[in-house]
Amino acid sequence: MRISIENGKLLDPSNKLDQKQDLFIADGKIVSLEKKPDGFNPDLVINAKDKIVLPGLVDLCARLREPGFEKKGNFDSELYAANSSGITSISVPPDTTPVIDTPAVVEFIHQRARETNRANIFPLGALTQKLKGEQLAEMYLLKEAGCIGVSNALNAIENTEVLRRAFEYANSCDLSVFIYAEDEKIANNGVAHEGAISARLGLPAIPETAETIAISRVLLLIEQTDVRVHFCHLSSARAVDLIRTAKKQGIEVTADVSICNLHLTDMDIADYDSNCHVKPPLRNERDRVELIEGIRDDTISAVCSDHQPHEINAKSAPFSITEPGASTIEHLLPLMLHLVNRNEITLNRAISLITSEPAKILGINRGFIEKNKHADLCIYDPNSNISIDKNNLLSSGKNTPFNGWELQGKVTHTLLNGEVVFSID
Amino acid sequence: MTGKNIQLDKNGNLKHFLSIEGLSQPLLHTILNYAESFATVDKRPVKKVPLLRGKTIANLFFEPSTRTRTTFELAAKRLSADILNLNISTSATSKGEILSDTLRTLEAMHCDMFVVRHANSGAAHYITSQVAPHISVINAGDGRHEHPTQAMLDMFTIKQHKKDFTKLSVAIVGDILHSRVARSEIHALNVLGTNEVRIIGPHTLIPKEIEKLGVHIYHDMNSGLKDVDVVVMLRLQRERMRGALLPSEDEYFKRYGLTNQKLKHAKKDAIVMHPGPINRGVEIDSDVADGKHSVILQQVSHGIAIRMAIMAMVMGQINRDENKEKKK
Repeated sequence: MRISIENGKLLDPSNKLDQKQDLFIADGKIVSLEKKPDGFNPDLVINAKDKIVLPGLVDLCARLREPGFEKKGNFDSELYAANSSGITSISVPPDTTPVIDTPAVVEFIHQRARETNRANIFPLGALTQKLKGEQLAEMYLLKEAGCIGVSNALNAIENTEVLRRAFEYANSCDLSVFIYAEDEKIANNGVAHEGAISARLGLPAIPETAETIAISRVLLLIEQTDVRVHFCHLSSARAVDLIRTAKKQGIEVTADVSICNLHLTDMDIADYDSNCHVKPPLRNERDRVELIEGIRDDTISAVCSDHQPHEINAKSAPFSITEPGASTIEHLLPLMLHLVNRNEITLNRAISLITSEPAKILGINRGFIEKNKHADLCIYDPNSNISIDKNNLLSSGKNTPFNGWELQGKVTHTLLNGEVVFSID
Repeated sequence: MTGKNIQLDKNGNLKHFLSIEGLSQPLLHTILNYAESFATVDKRPVKKVPLLRGKTIANLFFEPSTRTRTTFELAAKRLSADILNLNISTSATSKGEILSDTLRTLEAMHCDMFVVRHANSGAAHYITSQVAPHISVINAGDGRHEHPTQAMLDMFTIKQHKKDFTKLSVAIVGDILHSRVARSEIHALNVLGTNEVRIIGPHTLIPKEIEKLGVHIYHDMNSGLKDVDVVVMLRLQRERMRGALLPSEDEYFKRYGLTNQKLKHAKKDAIVMHPGPINRGVEIDSDVADGKHSVILQQVSHGIAIRMAIMAMVMGQINRDENKEKKK
C-alpha cells in the first residue's frame, strides 16, 4: 500500500519537526519526508490540509481486558477506541486472568494483537508469580517471550525482602520494573483521597503517605540494587517532590501520570460519582497543579490513559463498593490538547508526553516520524469539536468521568505500519 | 458541591431526605415545627393521623437495626401508611446488580417511599438515582456519611431544652471518623447557627480536614467540655479496639468516657445526649446516662415525631403556607 499525506503540518518534537510538509509511505515505512519519490504512485491520498500529523501515540498503560475480563472489553473494542485517539502502541499491565507470568499468556496476547492488527502491543510481565508478592516470576522466560518490562501491577509487595530480590533479579535480566507505588496497609481499602471531601462524604480515605512511603521504600532499594524503575501514575504533590529530588541526586528513575489526575480532583466526586472512583485516587487541586509542574520540568515524562473499561454493573452501586478505574483511552489526545488550550503546558510538551517519551521509557522503536521507519501516524484536526457523551463511547466501558466535556482536536486518521486503521470518513 | 440539589423538587420542597448538608435553615425549622405538632399525637387516645393513608412505605435495611427501624415503622403507622419491612443481607458478593434488581421489584409493588439503611456511604444517593421519579427516599443511615433523621431528632431535643441555637456551645465526643451521626449533627448545628461546634477525640478517630466542616477540634475532655451547653456522646463500636486506632476500652473510658467528674467542666445546666445504643462504662458512665443531665430517653421518643414530620413532608402532605402560619 502506498499512501501520500499531503498539505498537513508535521509535528514531532523529538525530531524538531514542526512544519508543513508532505509525507510518503510505502510498504509500511515512511519513504520520504520531502518531495514525492520518483515514480511514486499512491493508492491513497490523504488531504491533511489544516490538520496536524503526529507520530502514532504511545500509551504506557491501558487494560484491554483480555484474557479474563471480556465482559468489560476486548482487543477489538478497546483497540478501535484507542485508534480513534491516534494511539498505535500500547503497553499492557500483567494483571489479566491468567496473569502474564508465563510465556503462554504472552503468546496469547501477541496472537490477539496480530489478529486485531490495530496497535503494537507491549506486554509487561509479572514481577512475582500470580502477582502475589511471594515468589519471583520467570522474568527471563517472559522477556524471551516478548515482555518489555516487569511489574506487579496494582498488587503491592508487602515483603521488602521479596521486593529487593525481585529488583536484583530484574536487573540481571536487564528488565525495567514498572512500580505502582501504594502501601496497601496505609491505603487500608480506602476509595478517596484523605482530606475534606472524604471527611465530608464519609468515604474510607487513602492518605498521601500510602504513596510517598511506598515511593521512598522503592527509591532506597534502587540505590542498593541499581535496577531501572519506572513509577506509574503519580498522584500527590509530595510524590512529585520525592521523584524530583531523587532525579537531582542522580537516581535514574522515570515517572508517569494518568490523564485523569491532570484534569480532575476529589471535588469532582461531588455526590458520589462512581466514575471518579479511580486508583490512585483523585487528590486535591494543589496536587493536580504540582503534577502539571512535574510534567513541565520533566520530573514526570509521560502521560498515560490508564484506561480501565468496566461493565455498567461494576460502577452501579454505592461509591466505595464500585470497581476503581475510568474509561479514558479514546480521549487521551483531546484531553492533552485541552491542557494546551488552558495554557497549562505547551503543545510540543503535550505531544512528547504521549509519543517519544513513553516510547523511550518502554525502550521501543516507536513514537517518532522518521524516514525509513515505521509509518505509525495520527492525523487530527485542531479546530474540530468533540462532545463527550458516555452513551456514544467506542470503548465497551462507558465509565468516563468526562461525560459532557467539550474538547477540541478530533483524530481524522490513524495509521499503523503504513495501513489506515481508523478514519472518520 | 456541583449539580442541582437532588433532595428538593423543582419548587424547592423536600422530595428526598438524604443528608442535612444541602438543606436550608428555614427547611430545618419547618421540620422541627411539624415535629412539635406531631409530638402530641402520642398523647391522644387514637394515636393516628390520616396524612399518609393509602401510601406504602418500604423499610429497606441492608444493615441490621432495631431501634431506628422500629421508630420509622411506628412513625409510618401513626401517619396511617402501610409499611413493609425488608431486611436484606449484604454478602460480600452482592453488588449493584442485585441492589438495583431489588429496587425494581419493590417499585413493581407500587411503593411510594423507601427508608434506606446501608453499610456504605453514598448508598442513599445511589438508590435515589435508581428509583422511579414518584418514589421518595429517606436516608436512615449510610455508612459513615449521614444519619439525618437522627440529627434532626437531636436538634429537636436541644431546642426543647435550650431554645436559641445561636448562643450554644455543643461538643460531640468520640469516634467521629466512623460516625454518620456526627457528620449529620455537625451540618445541622451549623445550619441552625450554633455559636460553636466542638469535636473531642483522639487523632485516630478524627478524620483529616474535618475542621473544614465548621468545627473546633479538641483532644482532651477537660478543655473540650469547658462551658458547653450540650454534650453529644457517640457510640464506640467494640471492633475499633482490634485495630491500631485505640489501645483498650479502659484507656478510652479513662480519657474520653463521660463521668460526672468530667461533666463538671460543662455548664451547670448542660444536657447529655447519646444516639444509642449505649455502651455503659465505655463511652459513658451509668451515673451520667441515668443522671439529671441526661436526655437520652427523650431523644428516643422525639424520634417518632421527627420521622413523622419528615415522612409527611417528602410525600408532599404538608405544604409550606401552612407552616408559615405556624411560625407566626
